[in-house]
Amino acid sequence: MAKVEVRHVSKIFGDRPEVALKMMQDGADKETIFRETGMTVGVYDANFTIEEGEIFVIMGLSGSGKSTLLRLINRLIEPTFGEVIIDGRDIVRMKPRELREVRRKKLGMVFQHFALFPRRTVLDNVAYGLEIRGVPQKERAQKALEAIHMVGLAGYESSYPGELSGGMQQRVGLARALAGDVDILLMDEAFSALDPLIRGEMQEELLNLQAQMKKTIVFITHDLDEALKLGDRIAIMKDGRIVQIGTPQTIVSQPADTYVAQFVEKVDRSKVLLARDVMKRPDVVAQWKDGPRMAIRKMEEAGISSIFVVDRGHLKGLLTIERAIPATKRGAFQEEDLEQDFPRTSPETPLTELMEIAAETRYPIAVVEGEKLLGIIVRVLILSALLGQQGEVAPSDRSRHDHEGAGGMSAEPSAALDAVDGGASEGGAPHALR
Amino acid sequence: MHYVDLPLRAWTNQFFDDYFIPRFGAFFEALGRPIESLLTFLEWMLSTVPAEVLAAVLVIVAWRLRGIGLALFTLIGLLYIGSVDLWAEAMRTLSIVLVAALFSLLIGIPLGILSAKSEMASRIVRPILDFMQTLPSFVYLIPTILLFGIGGVAATIATFVFATPPVVRLTDLGIRQVPRDLVEAAEAFGSTRWQMLSKVELPMARPSIMAGVNQTIMLALSMAVIAAMIGAEGLGKIVISGISRVDVGLGLTGGLGIVVLAIILDRLTESLAREGKSNVNTE
Repeated sequence: MAKVEVRHVSKIFGDRPEVALKMMQDGADKETIFRETGMTVGVYDANFTIEEGEIFVIMGLSGSGKSTLLRLINRLIEPTFGEVIIDGRDIVRMKPRELREVRRKKLGMVFQHFALFPRRTVLDNVAYGLEIRGVPQKERAQKALEAIHMVGLAGYESSYPGELSGGMQQRVGLARALAGDVDILLMDEAFSALDPLIRGEMQEELLNLQAQMKKTIVFITHDLDEALKLGDRIAIMKDGRIVQIGTPQTIVSQPADTYVAQFVEKVDRSKVLLARDVMKRPDVVAQWKDGPRMAIRKMEEAGISSIFVVDRGHLKGLLTIERAIPATKRGAFQEEDLEQDFPRTSPETPLTELMEIAAETRYPIAVVEGEKLLGIIVRVLILSALLGQQGEVAPSDRSRHDHEGAGGMSAEPSAALDAVDGGASEGGAPHALR
Repeated sequence: MHYVDLPLRAWTNQFFDDYFIPRFGAFFEALGRPIESLLTFLEWMLSTVPAEVLAAVLVIVAWRLRGIGLALFTLIGLLYIGSVDLWAEAMRTLSIVLVAALFSLLIGIPLGILSAKSEMASRIVRPILDFMQTLPSFVYLIPTILLFGIGGVAATIATFVFATPPVVRLTDLGIRQVPRDLVEAAEAFGSTRWQMLSKVELPMARPSIMAGVNQTIMLALSMAVIAAMIGAEGLGKIVISGISRVDVGLGLTGGLGIVVLAIILDRLTESLAREGKSNVNTE
């Protein structure tokens, strides 16, 4: 269900926003508008929907308007145009009183520099939201304590923020946002001020918490690795515009333009891509009922030395050419004809693990869901995915990839063949190549 | 340079005699009355409480707030005032200072908040403060006498005018200096304006406001001698009579009494400004 809908939201700082908006519509860029009118375009025509329970990451470099966009969602900054709909109600039109209620009950916020109240203890910081709602002392202390426990700060209730390390302070910030039992967390570069080790820890922690809480999280970051790690979906911003919205895998594999492509270039793909992204669809498989003769023919046509055998979509096993030939004499398959000693994996397996599996086996990897064969991964597919072949695909080429559905990640054939001539063949794995 | 004749003096006198006093005289008299009663009450209290008791209280407060050093100084200073037989005068001076400072704070702190919150208010308040601070205090002594007559009330009002600006300015500054993201955080969690002020801005601005309180009290005390010229009883009057009689000794004893009060009040209020957590994250 849609939790937050942002519809045609723009923020223009200046006294004649219609003029700037019109210029933007006519394709002028931020700088030109600033030079000619003195107005700054913070965000232009942002349009997206955030589903309940989703981590939605807004990524961009400084000045891209990402923090402004976040503040438009809770109206810390007043949108110039557009609607922000939270649980079906447009908050842009709300009176101050209603807006306050929404902020108190639905929206928690975590800040880059923590923004803790230095003269309040950890407990009183965390209880702030409850305090201003008029929750009685006892109840709010109890709720605040729960939140403090949740973020792993038990025992620090009566410390002051200044006595805590950065990572701990941000845990307080997180607890403060959680204590109010809100549905939506707005996190503004929440981990950017932390050192890398702590940042990684906090990311894990957030994912763990999210697994239990199922909040709707809007997370701002300038760090693509962070975006890819946390985001269910990512919106990439540049100069106030959203240039692409998609899952981490789509962003990495199908960047919408050269700007996104440049970003994605440096990414460690092995951490982002999953088996489902690199596998190719099982086009060439043998049917159990067709028997070994048919299977051999398919192998010949495809130029491969082994083939998966399926029975109404269910994977029965792997047939190698050595075993297939004796089997032809009987005319039908028997269970023992099929090799079972090949790796199987789920579509959610990350590429890093696939690399280890691929290094140890001479057979292709079967991507299965239950018994159902979803796809096949051979070493060359992993290699080409790592090299980011698909990253070079220009936007105009995307339609073709879309046809391939889940297999959209598969390398272009020529690239795959090139790679085979190199390292991949010596492992005895070229069988699945067409 | 006498090209044009500007009869400002005549105009001003005419304005006061024919218009202002007849019209607003009663109003100002009424305004003076609560000040007068407060002043009388405080004077009565300070003179009724035995000097030893008051001194003991001050020494203990000094000790608790600042430690043994200030406690010792307070003890010696107050002993000095007693020894030169100026205790009663010191208490009179103290009451004028405290009453004037009280009004300065009652009016100055809200005014400072207002001017921090509204650019409009700030644009009006600032020049008035500049005026109050730069206009020689002797100049407003005269209309003050006209409106309130010679005596403690006029002295308190003159002291009030002189002592108010710092607390306004420092309250304004303190609130403007509250980190932007704290204000944002308070807003994001749904604070009302009053909650923002009382739970975030004022606590954060406290050191600055307390510095303003300190400055205001010190300025009020520094008016003691001038206030004596329009009828304030107390240490200032001793100094004035020292001047008129060319009695160096008398001037010095009174002057030192003021210094003693000044140091005690300064250190005590300063420690209020510093109170609170020392490990505050200033970021």
